[in-house]
This record gives sequence, structure tokens and C-alpha cells, in this order.
Amino acid sequence: MNAKQRKLIYRILPYVVLSLIGICFLLPLLWVLVASVDPNAMQSLKMPKQVTPGNYVDVLTSRENQRAFAIGLLMSLGQAVIVVLLALLAAYPLSRYQLKFKKPFMLTILFMTSLPITAVMVPVYQLFLTLKLYDNVVGVVLFYVASSMPYGIWMIKNFMDSVPEDLEEAAWVDGASVFTGIRKIVAPLMVPGICTVAIFTFSGSWGNFFVPYILLQSPENFPASLKLYQFFGQYGMVDYGRLAAFSVLYAIPSIVLYILSQRFMSKGFSMQGGTKG
Amino acid sequence: MGGISASSPQLQRRNWTWLYFLLPSIVIMLLFFIYPILLTFFYSFTNLALTGEAAKELKFVGLDNYTRMFQDPTVRISIWNTLVFLIGSAVIGQQVLGFLIALLMKHKNKTFRRVIGTVVLAGWVTPEIVCALCLYSFFGDEGTLNAIISFFGISPVTWLFTVPMLTVILANIWHGTAFSMLVFQAALDDVPSEIEEAAVVDGASKLQILLRITIPYIRETITTNAMLVTLQTLGVFGLIYAMTGGGPGTKTTTLPIFMYNQAFVNYQLGYGTAISLLLLLLGIVLSLFYIRSFKK
Repeated sequence: MNAKQRKLIYRILPYVVLSLIGICFLLPLLWVLVASVDPNAMQSLKMPKQVTPGNYVDVLTSRENQRAFAIGLLMSLGQAVIVVLLALLAAYPLSRYQLKFKKPFMLTILFMTSLPITAVMVPVYQLFLTLKLYDNVVGVVLFYVASSMPYGIWMIKNFMDSVPEDLEEAAWVDGASVFTGIRKIVAPLMVPGICTVAIFTFSGSWGNFFVPYILLQSPENFPASLKLYQFFGQYGMVDYGRLAAFSVLYAIPSIVLYILSQRFMSKGFSMQGGTKG
Repeated sequence: MGGISASSPQLQRRNWTWLYFLLPSIVIMLLFFIYPILLTFFYSFTNLALTGEAAKELKFVGLDNYTRMFQDPTVRISIWNTLVFLIGSAVIGQQVLGFLIALLMKHKNKTFRRVIGTVVLAGWVTPEIVCALCLYSFFGDEGTLNAIISFFGISPVTWLFTVPMLTVILANIWHGTAFSMLVFQAALDDVPSEIEEAAVVDGASKLQILLRITIPYIRETITTNAMLVTLQTLGVFGLIYAMTGGGPGTKTTTLPIFMYNQAFVNYQLGYGTAISLLLLLLGIVLSLFYIRSFKK
């Protein structure tokens, strides 16, 4: 092998390796997409003899499924809105005032963002029984809010730090209250940050399975994630087509929101997101 | 910070207003997040149960749950499975694959990068139950993988029964690699190209540059990412539960699955919380390391 050949191999090899990795990632995904439009879908990926929207129609026309999607949307939307509002409030003094406890508070918040929620679910279940919040959709939303508050405060505070204070001061001089300042000046200037937080909290709970699985019992309270799991258990072995269609429909909001979030996060993706005290 | 000096009237007034701003968030976090964590410690010393005698009367049982835990062979299996799952899918799988993809993608054709990046990201963006379903059918007895290998004349394998741990590890790699890929892409872009170019001039091979320059340069990112990915993987429940249910037998029973089984299948909530405490402590240790890396 001469130097020229070796150079050629070095140039091609990365493309080959990456293509192989890409195919491995693509195959399982391709199955769900193809099976969803195939009336005779099987467990294995295959060319459909005919392509119909039948599976989608079946899934979407079912009353139960509509209900599950609506509950899921309401829960995630409700959570996202509450988290953003509370985080805006909480972040304000953390960003603007000189507080003695600020640094330990922010570190506690950061610490909480990384704790595994799975580990607290058994006591939360017991707590919900005591508070009569078990099998209650609102209760689940409250827990979702609490568990994503640390992330929300952390992010919103960092976004708020980059909004200059002078603008608010000008408004105060004109007689605006602190609240008006937040609502009319600070919040509009950090729309990208607010959208990022809202999208991430929404997708987090939309994709969550464990929390509603523990805290909800009646099938009529199930959000889409639980409905899909139930569907999987009941008809999974026979009805791959409808199962795949349900999966695709359920995955769409997460995908769309991710694409949207990319537009808001102008600076790409970096972990070292400013720890200004 | 700036604008207002420490002695301004605005700040005086602010000394108590901060409380109103923070109160709603603090109350909700205390009630639904911090209180349950404290309850975990408390319940793990009780006989809390959903049915039977113990359900009527909450009693302190001291370290009973813990002695039981250390004698329970399934606990040892679950801890072992959790470690295998963590190291296999998070520390090695997602990190190495994510790094490899990020490294190979550097300076490649833009359209090609975008296609591969999108495919890998799709697995990340997809909700975990859908991931479980996709991979379940991929590894299924009549699934895509068996269809492929029988095309090459190899007889089909019952993947989910013969190598269940491997299938859930691969599923988690499929689901999570994109995160590491994004992190490493950002980190690799920050490595100054002058250093690498200088090394080339000095006659260093590609492998030498990678091991001696690139990896040491992004060492901190690797540590932080390892911790974050481990923390995310620690709590994985739905993916495994929907694919194998922790089985066959206890072959894929990780701590979250075992905790769930004890608490909600056997109704032993006290014992279940003792197990979750183990999970929580593991998480706390990792989080503290993670925060230390932030503090620097």
C-alpha cells in the first residue's frame, strides 16, 4: 500500500464509519415510520405492499386516545406556563438584588436539577395518598412543576442576568412598579430564554412515563405516554401498525418543539452556561 | 450587576421584597421535592406497606429494611445490573460513541454532517417509551435485526431473552448518545487549531494528536459529561421497563425497577424507599462531584 492509497483510505474511512453508525440509528426509527402507514405491519422492517393513513385514522378517531392526548397536552402546557411564571418571579431577586444567601441558594438549585426523580417517587406516592392528590391530574402537574422548578430558576436567572438593568431603572423613574418592570421590560427582552425553558419543561413531562405511571390510576386520567404503554401491553403483539402510528403521533410534539428550540438557542450548545453569582 | 449602590433606598426596600418573589417557588419545591426526599430517609426506617398488618399501623423498624437489603440476593443483583447498565450504556457507550461521532464529523461535508447528526438526534428527541418500542421491535424474535442476519444466512437469535442486558444498553445508547455528541462537538470546536497544526508540523501522528493534545484539552468536559450522563442514566425506568420489564428473571432488574417492584408490586413501600435511598445517595454523590466541577 503506497502513501497515496493510505491517504485515500484515511479520507474515506470516517465517512464509512459514520454511515454505518447512521444506519444503526436509522433502522429502528425507520421501522416505526414505515409500520405506521402499513396496514399489514409486522415486527420487522419491510416494504409495505400498500400505503394507507388507516392506522393514523384509527388512532386519531378513538375517543380514548383523543382524551389521552388532550390530557397530556394540558398537563405539559400547564406545567410549562407555571414553571416559567414562578421562575421569572424567583429569578428576579436572584438576578437583581444583593442577597447574602444567593450563592448557596443557586448551588442548591443546581444540585437539585441533577437529582434522579425516580428515587423520590415512592415517598411522593405516599404523600399524594395523604394529601388526596393520588390519581389527580392537577396533582401530577404540581409535582412536575416542583421537579422542574430548579432547572427553570437556574436557566431563567442566567438569562435575566444578561438583560441590562438600566432599562428597568428608566421605567421606575417613570413610576412603574417592579412587577410592571418585569412584565413590560425584562420578560419581553428574554423571550428566547423563556421559550427555551418552556420547551424543555414541556418536552420533559410530555415524554415522561414513570411519574404519571406511579401517580395516576384510572385509565380516563392517562396522558398520551401512559396510553401508549397500555396500548403496547394490550395489543402490542398483534397490532404493530396502529401502535407505530400512535408512537409517531406521540413523538411529533417533542420533535417539533426540539426544532423550535434550536431557533431560540442561537449560541448552539454549551454546557458551561455562566455561573455568575 | 451595577447601577444601584448598596445604600440606595431601592435596596433598603428590597431587603424583604425578595421573599415574596421567591416564596411561591420555595413553597412548591419544599412540599413536592425536598419533603419527599426527607420522607425517603424517614420511611426507610419504617414498615410502611400498602396492604396487610403493616398498612394499618406505621411502626419504626430501625435498620430492618437495611439488614434485609444487605441479605437480599436480588439487591446485589440489582446493584450489579445498575452498574453494568451505567458503565455500559452511559460512561462507555454514549460517551465513546458520542465522542467518536463528534470527532469524525469534524471538517466533513456539511450535508453529510447534517444527515448523520439529524439521525442521531432523532433518537434523543424521541420519548423514551417510543424508543423502547422501536428497539423492542428491532431486537424482537421476528424483528429487523433477525431479518437482517437471516439474510446473511445466520439463524435468528432471541435477543431479548439471550442477551437482555445488551439490548437495553444498546437501547439507552440509541436514546442518549446525541447529548454527548452535542457536548463534544462544542468542546472540539473550542480546541485551538493552531496547537494541532503545530503538532502536525512537528511530525505527530493523528493518534498522537488525539491522545496527547485533543483529549487532555477537553478533559474537564469529559468529566462533566460523564457525570451528567451517569446521573441521567441512573434514574432510567421506562426504557427498561417497557422493553424487558426487568426480566427475564432478574437479568435486567436495575435499582429503579427493583424499587418499583418492591414498592408497588409487593406493596412494601418501606423497603422500596430503603432501595430508593440507595439510588438517591448514589445520585447525591455524583451531583456533588458535578457541582464541584461547576464551582471552579
